Formats: sequence, C-alpha cells, structure tokens
Amino acid sequence: MTGNAPLLEVRHLRVEFPSRRGTLLALDDISFSIAPGEVLGVVGESGAGKSLTGSAIIGLLDPPGRIAGGEIVLAGQRIDNLPYEQMRAIRGRRIGAIFQDPLTSLNPLYTIGRQLVQTIRTHLPLSQDQARARAVKLLQETGIPAAEQRLDQYPHQFSGGMRQRVVIALALAAEPQLIVADEPTTALDVSIQAQIISLLRRLCKEHGTAVMLVTHDMGVIAETCDRVAVMYAGRIVEVGPVADVIHRPSHPYTVGLMGSIPAMDEDRERLLQIDGAMPRLNAIPSGCAFNPRCAQVLERCRSERPDLIDAGPTRAACWLVAGGQRRAA
Amino acid sequence: MSTPLVEVKDLAKTFDVSAPWLNRVVEGKSRQFVHAVDGVSFAIQRGKTLALVGESGCGKSTVARLLVGLYKPTRGSVQFDGKDTHSAADRTQLRLMRRRMQMIFQDPYASLNPRWKVRDIVGEPLTEHGLVSDADELRNRVAALLLSVGLAAADVDKFPHQFSGGQRQRISIARALATQPEFLVCDEPTSALDVSVQAQVLNIMKDLQRQRGLTYLFISHNLAVVRHVADQVGVMYLGRLVELADKAELFSRPRHPYTRMLLDAIPDIHMSGRARTPVQGEVPNPLNPPSGCAFHPRCPHADARCSQERPALTAVAGISVACHAVAQGRI
Repeated sequence: MTGNAPLLEVRHLRVEFPSRRGTLLALDDISFSIAPGEVLGVVGESGAGKSLTGSAIIGLLDPPGRIAGGEIVLAGQRIDNLPYEQMRAIRGRRIGAIFQDPLTSLNPLYTIGRQLVQTIRTHLPLSQDQARARAVKLLQETGIPAAEQRLDQYPHQFSGGMRQRVVIALALAAEPQLIVADEPTTALDVSIQAQIISLLRRLCKEHGTAVMLVTHDMGVIAETCDRVAVMYAGRIVEVGPVADVIHRPSHPYTVGLMGSIPAMDEDRERLLQIDGAMPRLNAIPSGCAFNPRCAQVLERCRSERPDLIDAGPTRAACWLVAGGQRRAA
Repeated sequence: MSTPLVEVKDLAKTFDVSAPWLNRVVEGKSRQFVHAVDGVSFAIQRGKTLALVGESGCGKSTVARLLVGLYKPTRGSVQFDGKDTHSAADRTQLRLMRRRMQMIFQDPYASLNPRWKVRDIVGEPLTEHGLVSDADELRNRVAALLLSVGLAAADVDKFPHQFSGGQRQRISIARALATQPEFLVCDEPTSALDVSVQAQVLNIMKDLQRQRGLTYLFISHNLAVVRHVADQVGVMYLGRLVELADKAELFSRPRHPYTRMLLDAIPDIHMSGRARTPVQGEVPNPLNPPSGCAFHPRCPHADARCSQERPALTAVAGISVACHAVAQGRI
C-alpha cells in the first residue's frame, strides 16, 4: 500500500453552493488519497458531505454547486478542471460509479444487455458481438445465473439484489482504475447486502481496482475497507486504518459515533449518545464545527479550527489530540 | 405467568392482487392472492418488548397494521387486555381500546402533516378522544408531552419542516403518547435515522418504557437494534413466524436455519474474526411461495420432507421453532 504512488489524490478540495443568502461552504479543505487496489471508506451522517465528495470526484456536482478550490488528481492527471467532454471520456472508462438505488440507476425502457453493450462500446473499441460476449462475462462474474438469457430482460424483471449486481457489472464494464460506490448496499436487505459486499471486494481484488466506498453503515466499512475517513459538517475529522478508527478513535465525534451503534456482543442499558444534531451549512460554528456538541470542549476549540494531525495510528482534527489530552475521560 | 397484554392467535391477512375483472375475463387470468401474514401467533407480556425481524416483504409491517386495526384480519384474532379488538360489539368500547394502543411509523417525513403546527399534530389525539376540556389544558398537555421526549415547549408553534429527522420522530412519539397508551406499535421507528440520532431515539423509547411501564411491539430489520431493545424476538419469513424466543436465547443459540443465516449476515464492526457467510439466493416471490417450508430452497439442511410438508411452530422449553430439521434433531 505505501510506497505506491497514489491513484487518486484529493488536495484541499473546497465545494461551494452560491445562494441568494450568501455562499454555502459544503466541503472545506478535504484532502485524502487512495492507492491502487485500496478500499477507502468514507463515513458520516446525513449532510456531512460524503456523497458530495464522491460527486465532485466523478465530476457530477449538481449546479449551482462548484469546485471553488483545491485539486483532484487521478494517476498524475488533474481532472477537476477538465472540459465536459474530456471528463465524460474519463467517467465510466477510468472512474466507475455505483449509486445507492439500483432501480433508478438503470433505464427501465432498455434491456440490461442494451445498456451494458452501449456502455462497453462507448469506452472500448469492440464490435457488437464482442461487446455482447463481454456483457455476458461481466454478468457471470457478478454472479447472475443464466446470464445469456437475463441479458434480454428489462430491469423490472430483476430483484433488488440482482439489479445492484447489474449496476456493478456496468461500473466494471470498461475496467476502470477507480470505483466510486455511493451507499451501494443501503437499499438492500442484510442477507443480500452481505452478498453484494463480498462480490464488490472480490472483484476489486481480482481487477486491482481502487474503491471509494461512501456509506453510513460502520459494519460495512469494518468488513470492506482498508482505511476510513470520518466526515463531519463538510470536513474530514479523522482518517486512518479501519481497525484503529473503530477500536481506538481519537476524535470525540468518532468516539461518540462508535458508541452510538448498538453492538451485537455486549449488553448496555443505554447507548452512548451525542446530544444535538449536525449543524446546517448556513450555521457552521466557528472554530471546530463539533465544539457545541463536544463533551471535552476547550476554550481554543471555539475560536480556532484544528487541522488533521497525527494521533497515534490515525490522524485527527482535534485540539485535544494536539494538546496531548486525548480521551482524558 | 400473568395474562399477557396483547395476544395474537393464528392471525392472517390475504391481499387480493388479481388483475381487473375485464382482464380476467378477456385474457383468462386467474385470481391471485398474496398471503402477507399467514397464521402468526404470539403474546406480549405487560411492560415487555417483542421485536419482529425479517427481510423486506416478510409481513412484519402488515402484522403491525393488523394489531392497531389499520387492516382487518382475514383470519385469526387479536386480543388486547382480554378483549378481541376486531369484534368489539359497540364503537365506544372500540374507541376506548384504541386510545390504549398507538403506533409510531417508520418515516418521520411522511407521517407528520407538513401544513400542521406541532401543537395541532400532538394535540389532535387529545381533542379527538375528548381528553382535554379547554384550550389551556390542551396547551399544557402538549407542552408536557414535548418535554417528555426531549423537545422544548416553545416548539409548539413550529412546522414539521423546521425539525431534523430525529426531532420529527420525537414528535411522532409525543403524538403517540398523547392518549397515555399502554401499548405502542413501532414500525421501524429508527431505520430512517442516522446512528447517533437513532441512539437518541432508542434511549428515549427505553426511558419512556421504564417510566410509564409501556409495552412495545418493535418492528425492525436491524438485528443489532433489536438486540438492544427487545425482551423477546420473533423472526418472520414470508408471512410466517419461523422462530420465537427470548432475546438472549435467540442471539446466543439461534435454532432455525433462517435465523442463523440472518445473524451470520450482519456486518461485524468489531471484527471478532467471525467469518461472515454470504447466504445464497433471495426471498422468493410471495405470489408464488415455495411448497412445504418456504425457506427450503435456500436452506443448507433441507431434505425431501421440507419441500413437501410445512413445519408448524412448536414450542420446546420456551423456544418456538418451525423447522423439521430442528424437530428431528438433525441440526
């Protein structure tokens, strides 16, 4: 993992939404990298900016959202400032995307085969027959039985889990270097979720594809990822190897987030809870955005914003860590 | 054992999903029925929580709706405090019974009227059931209800859109508590919420249960949440209960192969080294359920008998399981 040049590098990314009542800062100073073949998890609660980070990378920010600073580098090439047509050629070819809802990511009016063949032929120089053969192979790889016949069926003839397999096949169609998977299992039942996660992991290992996995499900992160970044109010508050972030979190928000998950192997009368809610974009507190909810808040937290610094095995943006008072409780 | 507060016997609900009459006549299509709930029986003791778990389409929400009377059962009965809820002779008696059971819905965005202020939302059950005599009393009661779920009394003049998801779910809980019910049916109350907010709502629900001696039917697909809140757990598959046991028993020694599969499928955040076994197959189409035991096409222990004969839910030492393999001691 280390030593390799990173496949994707995001440096000081800043995304803004201009509105009539001033500019909203949705992502602020986001920096991270993903090595080839690595799975990076991005967690956080609704509105933390995880999906937005994914959209910014694949160049699909909804207007009026715009990248206002920083850069995104894919295998040495800067991709955040490319013209639309060039970005289109990269999207699908070098970056694949998997979205949350498998029903809306497929066109209900076309057969699965037509959608796969079209995607393959857009990105790879193959004939109709070759593309069809590849489509069959992709469906087989994703574990769809009777792939040959299923190719001529429409999305509504597939179940939710099967549709998500088709979406994964579509994302893999042109052998991308990076897959951005935005909540790929959230719409699925647990038993199907397990199948999809192990499938995604196996395929990425086989193809050496790097994955950015956006989810709010810590269980999925724990099983799938190598490293994880925790987001809060548009910033990364902690990043590190997955086992360390889950078992030895440094940032008070990560500690609270982990404690609020009901565990399968211990009994607690009450769950740990973080009081309050994440601030809205137009009312992000000064200093550390988490300070009004933090139990260990310092004077400095209200005025000065912490940057990511080394906190043992992870990196955390917290003044407690900087002052060596981490987890005094 | 005392008499249970809620007792459900052989409850069933069939939905008619046939094509329209003309299509049936012209195209020769037959009538079609979905057996959403098919012979479910359980009892909930006063002050306890029974959780129903299962995947989408297994009929758990239909059970919830049958219990509070939003659907009429096709077969079977629901007894509340010794009285049948669906055959109550006169309407006043039914109303009195309804006041004692309330429901919390899954989606806090869809279950609150966006054009009503919180005052009206939480106050409606009070005026509807004639529990308050004047406007002053109404205002005080609504304020007290909001305080009991951790909201401010000043919130009465706000609209639902001014609240976050977790706060809205608290408004739903406050509304459900307005008539001082003894029994709450909670249909996936936290599945639309983020984990930290879910923790807040679950804590409030447990506190209220302790303070008011509430009885819950808790519907969820999240086994970790169920393990946190429930006393008893029922596992449903295609409209039937396949296992019903005390929480500790069910989670430490699951009997039914489907329960084992569900427990194995949970992603483990503590990475205790337990290998997660992805199960094969999916829930079959409820329009055309498999013969015999509905789970047999996905079951690793199925034999010829499982595909022909439907196992009945049989109780051994407080644990009810519907499985031939368990009954024969094969697993």
